[in-house]
Amino acid sequence: MAQHSLTEPLERANGATAPGRSLWADAWLRLRANKAAVVSAFALLVIALASVVGPWLSTHDFDAVYPSYVKVPASLEGYPDAEMIEPALTKALRRARLTMESWELEGDRVYFMVTSKRPIDDRTTRYLDRADIFHDTQIESQNDDATAMEMSAGLQRQYFYFGTDSNGRDLLTRTLMAGRVSLTIGLLATFVALLIGVTYGAVSGYFGGRVDLVMMRIVDILYSLPFIFFVILLVVFFGRNFILMFIAVGAVEWLDMARIVRGQTLSIKRQEYVQAAEAMGVDSRGILKRHIVPNTLGPVVVYMTLLVPKVILLESFLSFLGLGVQEPMTSWGVLISEGARNIQGAPWMLIFPSIFLTTTLFALNFIGDGLRDALDPKDR
Amino acid sequence: MLSYALRRLLSAIPTLFVIITLSFFLIRVAPGGPFDLERPLEAKVMENLMRIYQLDKPLWEQYFIYMKNVLSGDLGPSFYFRDFTVADLFRQGLPISIQLGASALLLALLVGSALGVVAALRQNRGTDYGVMAAATIGITVPNFVVAPLLTLVLAIWLGWLPAGGWGNGAWANKILPIVTLALPQVAVVARLTRASMIETLRAHHIRTARALGLPGHVVVGVHALRGALLPVVSYLGPAAAALLTGSVIVETIFGIPGVGRYFVQSALNRDYTLVMGTVIVIAVFVILFNLIVDLFYALLDPRVRYD
Repeated sequence: MAQHSLTEPLERANGATAPGRSLWADAWLRLRANKAAVVSAFALLVIALASVVGPWLSTHDFDAVYPSYVKVPASLEGYPDAEMIEPALTKALRRARLTMESWELEGDRVYFMVTSKRPIDDRTTRYLDRADIFHDTQIESQNDDATAMEMSAGLQRQYFYFGTDSNGRDLLTRTLMAGRVSLTIGLLATFVALLIGVTYGAVSGYFGGRVDLVMMRIVDILYSLPFIFFVILLVVFFGRNFILMFIAVGAVEWLDMARIVRGQTLSIKRQEYVQAAEAMGVDSRGILKRHIVPNTLGPVVVYMTLLVPKVILLESFLSFLGLGVQEPMTSWGVLISEGARNIQGAPWMLIFPSIFLTTTLFALNFIGDGLRDALDPKDR
Repeated sequence: MLSYALRRLLSAIPTLFVIITLSFFLIRVAPGGPFDLERPLEAKVMENLMRIYQLDKPLWEQYFIYMKNVLSGDLGPSFYFRDFTVADLFRQGLPISIQLGASALLLALLVGSALGVVAALRQNRGTDYGVMAAATIGITVPNFVVAPLLTLVLAIWLGWLPAGGWGNGAWANKILPIVTLALPQVAVVARLTRASMIETLRAHHIRTARALGLPGHVVVGVHALRGALLPVVSYLGPAAAALLTGSVIVETIFGIPGVGRYFVQSALNRDYTLVMGTVIVIAVFVILFNLIVDLFYALLDPRVRYD
């Protein structure tokens, strides 16, 4: 009995009986226990997947224009609806310089009588096919001198589940495409901020002394510059370019990251393992790469999840001001600003992109909060 | 206290100097100029314009001229809004922005701290969760979503309020912008108040106050709230500076003639003097409000002294 109690802790220390959990495994378990974070992660995954895959699966291109369907409301039933047929028919026939005598709907085909003073060319059917509503227009019968004809045209069913925008483009596809752009910018800008911030902060904190003083003074000065001014200036500099856009945003957002990493580095560099590495003659670069940066990752990851929504917001804000992504490309900010302009007649143009943007922001915030709780050693 | 405030103001001068210098050169390095139109001006006209606005001199000389003017209180003429000086533009717009910002700030402070206190007193109960969920919504939903949505519901569907415009400062026109400006601040203030209130309620001096038999509302409203508001005050400093100098989004959406939009417009138009004017005004506000916050700190917290 006595022997048993002596060997047990030893075995445990060897990791034979009870394998220890690493910081990350532990955090993962606690994150999974956080309901809000799990639901958020799921919602985010759905939006991200829909944004990546959706535009390919959609029957509409994100920049395809349907002149017959400008600003049609969101609807689960397809278009055209009953009231749209007659105006569309009249319009198409007027363009073909034909007079419509009568029309009727039979199933999925419209039958109509047209007359003209001159003989009607067979090719006038193309005028109808050109409208988005009709396809497969055929001549059913005609009189001898071809001045009167009975024609029929098939109705082309189109589905706009989110409605269309003021140019007649499918809003669902555009919202998903915008999601692709917004999420990409969010991730890439965060990555740029991460790269600059972590390197800058770690170098500043590790070398300390005068280097630290100068480097942090620079950060302070950049901090005190009005933030929007800085962003606008960068946008002005780089032009309205999609790629440079997120570099600009990332180049602005690294300041906080640098401060966080510097603070962490200051305490890490006093640890024994860093001193041991120094004693063994590892160069500064190696110490930074192997010992300092990996150990700052906890707070950095938390800050990163909170930075993504911030960047998406910033991008939307810039797009809202017309400085961001340019047509026909789109982002949630662009869609929302268009929606805000058309709020009177087409509220769906505002509502759907807003739902997507806010859900994403919500999800990212909850995940960030959950991660912070999960990684916080005091909160067990 | 007075000498402390003076010392702080003096120490702000180098900061201001660096900010002005940096912005001056940054905006000048940006490609394009204030008179670059889509159809270029005639060379002679351009030359004359450049001479009148002293843009033909070397950059460092322009910098010294500008600094001299700023020191004598002259922010120069606007390059884009002809016939207006930068000071004129601010004289017209700043009162409007300050009015909206100050109302929003007051609203945020009152509603936010009340919500925060209620949530703290009912910690981990339905009310608490409700308030905190609302606060999360308030923080996450950006104002360029809130503003059109509020307009849609209150102005278009219900028709209670005008959808935009300033209307010479009519009350009905101010409600939506103020609410839009205040909502995120309400949310932040509520969260901050709740967190620090929970902590303060456990403090010794509160226990003593309760032991002395003071009524509950006095304990909470006088003794606890005073300490609990400290983090709120330090948050509201920079927030106030940002609110009072106007918001681009709110002013654009509601069509309000404030100063917030100058920031974006002037940078895009390369209206050099107006850009510099906005930068200076914002920097001054930030510095001033940080000072006010520190002085307030001493008022609220007897342990803080500036001697």
